[in-house]
Amino acid sequence: MNTSKIKVDQVTVEYTKSNGSKWLSFGNHRKRKDGECRVVLHDINLRIEAGEFVSILGHSGCGKSTLLKIIAGFFKPAAGEVRIDGRKVDGPRPDHVFVFQEGALFPWLTIGENVAMALRSVADSKERLQQSREYLALVALEGVENDYPHMLSGGMRQRAEIARAMAARPDILFMDEPFSGLDHLTRLHLREEMLYLHIMLPRTTILFVTHDIDEALQLSNRLIILSEPPARVKCCRTIDVPHPRNPASDDLGELRAQIYHHLGVHTAL
Amino acid sequence: MWWLSIWNGTEQVPGLRQIASTLYELSTNGVLLRHTVASLFRVTAGFYLAVALAVPLGLFLGRHARINRLVNPFVQFLRPISPLAWVPFAMLWFGIGDRPAFFIIFIAAFFPLLISSTTASASIHPIYFQVAANLHLTKWERIHRLVLPAGMPGIILALRVSLGISWMVVVAAEMIAVKSGLGYLIIDGRNALRLDFVIVAMLTIGIIGLLLDLCMTRLEKMEAVRWRLEHK
Ligand SMILES: Nc1ncnc2c1ncn2[C@@H]1O[C@H](COP(=O)(O)OP(=O)(O)O)[C@@H](O)[C@H]1O
Ligand SMILES: [Mg+2]
Repeated sequence: MNTSKIKVDQVTVEYTKSNGSKWLSFGNHRKRKDGECRVVLHDINLRIEAGEFVSILGHSGCGKSTLLKIIAGFFKPAAGEVRIDGRKVDGPRPDHVFVFQEGALFPWLTIGENVAMALRSVADSKERLQQSREYLALVALEGVENDYPHMLSGGMRQRAEIARAMAARPDILFMDEPFSGLDHLTRLHLREEMLYLHIMLPRTTILFVTHDIDEALQLSNRLIILSEPPARVKCCRTIDVPHPRNPASDDLGELRAQIYHHLGVHTAL
Repeated sequence: MWWLSIWNGTEQVPGLRQIASTLYELSTNGVLLRHTVASLFRVTAGFYLAVALAVPLGLFLGRHARINRLVNPFVQFLRPISPLAWVPFAMLWFGIGDRPAFFIIFIAAFFPLLISSTTASASIHPIYFQVAANLHLTKWERIHRLVLPAGMPGIILALRVSLGISWMVVVAAEMIAVKSGLGYLIIDGRNALRLDFVIVAMLTIGIIGLLLDLCMTRLEKMEAVRWRLEHK
């Protein structure tokens, strides 16, 4: 018996074009009728253990978001299956929390109300407010619970989003380029906070998509590189350097050069 | 001198002096107030009825593309028919009095509201529904924590537009089936050859329209919809 937390078996994903106009849904039954489809992921196999911090790297457009959404249950693959804790994934779940690349706080709710959305099981409203404050404090956000998302900077919004995700007490946390679009310094801060959160919640499995190689090297204990589309797993490396890590150190330098190489960059650094 | 004729009026058109005195007379003896209240009452009733039906239906259709594809041709077919074209039927079905006026205002406000609410809920970014699925929002929570607030800016804009239309239409409706309201004042003024009555009624209509629009603009500034302005 295999006890892996997440098992991805021979997953293939294709987008199908229906009505000849728009790429619509993930390929399944419709494919045959319209004929046209675009294979995005091809025969992906993965094993992820509980508590792992796995980074997924790859060129933009290679299918990283798609892979994450398949595992999180937002879409069904055209072939293959995903199992979590031995059970086939059949839809999104409240303890498999997704932090979206595009940023998805509800703009019509305050920051506090947004976090409280993940705390609806707490019946008492005072208690809920108190807890949402605590989760915000966890990501160094204080005194903004009554502000609307548009009043905050991009970095603060991203923190709030992480706070909402944490408030849902994730068993698995999916993070799709959560820090892209932020300035370098903010990214470094948030990177530190991610590390801290993962140390605090060692049982939470984290799947983290990024295109920042240093970010991946510093945070994760495993690195998965996807190839050009149709994407396959090109390379899978375990990193067992203890934290805190310096991505420029000798231990990681070698690995880093290899990763750049895999991603087709030969001259950098 | 031309300005003298504005002040004193001509054979056909009453001058400013007379309009001012009529305005004073009609406001102090309560006639103007009575007609205004009658018109506002009809608009309010017809408009609320339209809001109560069109907004939920529109929000629903916007989230159910297939049903909307069935319903939309009917909507697009009925929409361009002027509300006033319904007058004969309104009178046939509802007799005379307030009810045919309610009906005509209802028709006038219903279609713009329906179409805007449909668009508002259809254009909610799908990512919010993924978040909702992720947070396991119940069907009811999905409606009142997501669809309603996300659609609110669009709905409020539609409320503003359709209230303006209703106010325009009530006057026309009152020219036909009733014995009160600003529209009736106009028709009555015409029949009595009192153009000063007509002008006073028109002035009142304009002012009330302006005030209604001001109220609706305030709605747009509400905290619950302000995000729309900043959010791309
Ligand atoms: N809704 C869609 N319809 C058709 N193709 C899509 C759709 N979403 C993504 N794709 C395609 O699938 C590929 C992978 O997309 P995505 O998973 O978002 O890539 P990544 O996150 O790695 O940048 C891209 O080539 C993209 O063009
Ligand atoms: Mg992506």
